[in-house]
Amino acid sequence: MGYALQGRSGSWEVVVGLEIHAQVISQAKLFSGAATAFGAEPNSQVSFVDAAFPGMLPVLNRVCVEQAVKTGLGLNAAINKVSRFDRKNYFYPDLPPGYQISQYEHPIVGKGEVEIECADGSTKMIGITRLHLEQDAGKSLHDQHPTKSYIDLNRAGVALMEIVSEPDIRSPDEAGAYVRKLRSIMRYLGTCDGNMEEGSLRADVNVSVRQPGEVAYRTRCEIKNVNSVRFVMQAVEAEALRQIDVWESGEEVRQETRLFDSGRGVTRPMRSKEDAHDYRYFPDPDLLPLVLDQAWIDDLKARLPELPDAKKTRFMTEYGLSVYDAGVLVAEQATALFYETVAKGRDPKLAANWVTGDFFAALNSTGRTIDDPPVTAVQLGLLLDLMADKTINGKIAKDVFEAMVETGEDPASIVDRKGLRQVTDTGAIDAAVDKIIAGNQDKVAEYKSGKEKLFGFFVGQVMKAMQGKANPALVNETLKRRLT
Amino acid sequence: MALDPATVRRIATLARIRMDDAEVTTLVGELNTIFGWIEQLNEVDIAGVDPLAGAAHMALKLREDVVNDGGYPEEILFNAPDRNGDFFAVPKVVE
Amino acid sequence: MLTDLTIAEARDGLRAKQFTAEALTLEHLHAIEALNPRLNAYLSVGHAQAMEQARAADKALAEGDTRPLLGIPLAIKDLFCTKGVRTTAGSKILMPFVPPYESTVTANLLRDGAVFLGKTNMDEFAMGSSNMTSHYGPVENPWKRRQDPSAVLVPGGSSGGSAAAVAARLAMGATGTDTGGSIRQPASFCGLVGVKPTYGRCSRWGVVAFASSLDHPGPFGRTVRDSAILLGSMAGHDPKDSTSADVAVPDFEAACSRSIKGLRIGVPKEYRSDGMPGEIETLWQQGVAWLRDAGAEIIDVSLPHTKYGLGTYYIIAPAEASSNLARYDGVRFGLRVDGPELRDLYERTRAEGFGAEARRRIMIGTYVLSAGYYDAYYLRAQKVRALILRDFTEAFEKVDALLTPTAPSAAFAQGDKSDDPVTMYLNDVFTVPADLAGVPAASVPGGLDRDGLPLGLQVITRPFDEETMFAVAAALERAAGFAALPTLRAGA
Repeated sequence: MGYALQGRSGSWEVVVGLEIHAQVISQAKLFSGAATAFGAEPNSQVSFVDAAFPGMLPVLNRVCVEQAVKTGLGLNAAINKVSRFDRKNYFYPDLPPGYQISQYEHPIVGKGEVEIECADGSTKMIGITRLHLEQDAGKSLHDQHPTKSYIDLNRAGVALMEIVSEPDIRSPDEAGAYVRKLRSIMRYLGTCDGNMEEGSLRADVNVSVRQPGEVAYRTRCEIKNVNSVRFVMQAVEAEALRQIDVWESGEEVRQETRLFDSGRGVTRPMRSKEDAHDYRYFPDPDLLPLVLDQAWIDDLKARLPELPDAKKTRFMTEYGLSVYDAGVLVAEQATALFYETVAKGRDPKLAANWVTGDFFAALNSTGRTIDDPPVTAVQLGLLLDLMADKTINGKIAKDVFEAMVETGEDPASIVDRKGLRQVTDTGAIDAAVDKIIAGNQDKVAEYKSGKEKLFGFFVGQVMKAMQGKANPALVNETLKRRLT
Repeated sequence: MALDPATVRRIATLARIRMDDAEVTTLVGELNTIFGWIEQLNEVDIAGVDPLAGAAHMALKLREDVVNDGGYPEEILFNAPDRNGDFFAVPKVVE
Repeated sequence: MLTDLTIAEARDGLRAKQFTAEALTLEHLHAIEALNPRLNAYLSVGHAQAMEQARAADKALAEGDTRPLLGIPLAIKDLFCTKGVRTTAGSKILMPFVPPYESTVTANLLRDGAVFLGKTNMDEFAMGSSNMTSHYGPVENPWKRRQDPSAVLVPGGSSGGSAAAVAARLAMGATGTDTGGSIRQPASFCGLVGVKPTYGRCSRWGVVAFASSLDHPGPFGRTVRDSAILLGSMAGHDPKDSTSADVAVPDFEAACSRSIKGLRIGVPKEYRSDGMPGEIETLWQQGVAWLRDAGAEIIDVSLPHTKYGLGTYYIIAPAEASSNLARYDGVRFGLRVDGPELRDLYERTRAEGFGAEARRRIMIGTYVLSAGYYDAYYLRAQKVRALILRDFTEAFEKVDALLTPTAPSAAFAQGDKSDDPVTMYLNDVFTVPADLAGVPAASVPGGLDRDGLPLGLQVITRPFDEETMFAVAAALERAAGFAALPTLRAGA
């Protein structure tokens, strides 16, 4: 049936649409030359244009336009060659001019779609309604003074892409998958760093509920500024439950804007938005229509990097990886690049196991990231080579890897230094096997009489005697011969 | 169509201008006169006409993505009627 | 008196060392001191700065510097942000505001060596046609009625202070802005040449915005040549203004000497209004005759949507203004009236900071953009605006310039027309269409009415063809031989 919540009267479906606000990666702001870097001293990245001083005027940043178009192309969306900027008028201290320059009727990007991977492994297409460029607002601090709010305009005027989804999402899991996918695509494109903790990616979550079989949508509420994937998922469920309760109590859900209180796990109404806003949208008379050249769009498209979906498909066909492994490896572009460096000219499945297994575990334990790993892709590749040419066996390789993580040394030098070369000398193996067999005649007898599981005991004893350095295949083969 | 005092008050709120009853009453009259006069525009046949938003002869120019502005917080804050250090201050807003 | 010279004459005199820039500026400052308390044309006078600029000009002149405005003293409308010099836009809400930047237009004038005498009075936020809405008091028109010399007349608006200053010889030229007629109409009322260039010809960066798609910075001069000299310095592409035209600035001064033989002059029949004095019609006919005598061909044309210009203007301008003026909220600069809550801060600051006309226009603008009314008012007005432009475009297929009256009356008295806003709005009936279409237009003094008050003739030409406009204006000026002087002026 799909995701459903149980109310007092039966099952309920959840309908979710997301509006993602993604901060554009650019040096300067959308309409002014002030810097966009995060974490600067208050009001130190503010121009007179951003502060809406008298007589100041907006001038559009070329790179912001490019980033929006690249993102649109990454979402398989229509690029609108003619788009327009409109003013959205309202009063708030973090909005110096008293209006936000946005795009209302004619956004730069139109309809598109994105494939998401659900927890159960299935995929689903989520429709994109539009993407438009708009200014971010400044920041208000309400907790620094008993009776005053403090305003920092550093963020005012930074370029945002607002990406609106169709109401195609039907569960918290899908909502989470959608946000993660969008984030991944934009990180691949270099158009947004997707850092939700720093606020460069925020989600407004629109939620409504309905009972199975209903075709129309019921009233929805908007939960604003949710700043983590986990909270998006929690907010969906919390709000859905609240709405179900309202409907089942015989009341009607009122359309309103709400906030997610992550501490208590519930949504609550926003107090500053008492009445419906009349934004009085009209075309910004300080700007002209934005006209894009098809050749320029085509050139951007040709220069796009391979995106996650395409890369995942290629990893499955070219490297024979499972859909799960391929998915894990392409989530971050840097990880995919790491993997391919390791896999090139080597066993791709083995490479995948090592990257997703030991390597990811090492990242976790050292607290390092793919951009600054404790072991490089080249080094990991060399480790795999040592196994392939039988210099070491798989178990020793794990020990070598641990040492690599600790010291950053190349695997070959660790093997030499610690004398870990695999023993393939059949003479030595024969001798060790003979010794173990001789010393365990009772077990040999048990084995020969049918207790086949004891084979492992012999393997273990031989390996122990050879300090783990024996070639396991040879050990097995020798033991088999001797024990029959 | 005629404006009534309630509409004038709603517009005044949108425009964030405090208005007493006397002014509302005066404005109702004045605005109705003005809009009555503007109504003549309804005579014009605008079928098939695209709106003109000014600056008919130009294409929108784009700026290079360079940081060449900002970085002068003192000047930004200098004219502020109420500031605290590097922040503008306003009566506290509750969200 | 040096204050009677034109800019062109002063420029020659300075270069010929007949007098110094310091002397020229000092004489103007004395004149301002004598007459400004009565006229109230200037809101602020920068004595020290002006003398410093004049002395620097003298130094440069001695070194052979030939910049076009070197040492020429000008008045600047208080709508242009001048760095370090208070800029009020005629409003209480900007009374404390000292801009930390210089507008592009005034920077251009400084670049070319001009001396700034001070900032001139104006209707609040450029909203008005009489200078009566200024928070800082009205401006007296230096011209007096023969019959009734005690009546105090308005100089027109919104650039009333600039017009009065130039007419009274308290400045050799001045900057203004024209959104609905705010340069041309005061020029007509004060016997001056006033030019509204093509939209985008002069940058709006640093000009306090009223109605973005309609604001046109431009010059006042006592002669056509003077205004051409000024426009040559003021104009030019500005990358900081997205609506600034990226076109070269032609030699406007040279265009003043062009012959108009063979030029086709259109006379649009719609430029008449009810109750317009017969003298204006007569002057208009006289203007037509002058141009015919100068070798132009006269052609009757029709601009059928002319009468809808005012209605269109009084929807679009207030709409844009209501949004542009939202930044005046007491938070980052300007007047602040405190309140317990944010809403109080905004509402009180704006109620007290804005005058009645500004409040009225903000209300109109907010209303026409509000939900449910956008299509009926704003969108419709922008469509009618397109038709008004089309009228001009079609007319300019048949003619090279249009000749019309500038205003439907001569300067009126303070106190006339003050009851009903609509009556005041009708002042702009002949000027507004050129603002809506963005086409260049100039007012030239054509003659005096029976009361001895100046009447202007308006020349309108194609976009970016100010050269033809100056050529026709200069031809009118030569033919009119307007030599009358206002009663109140320096040295009189």
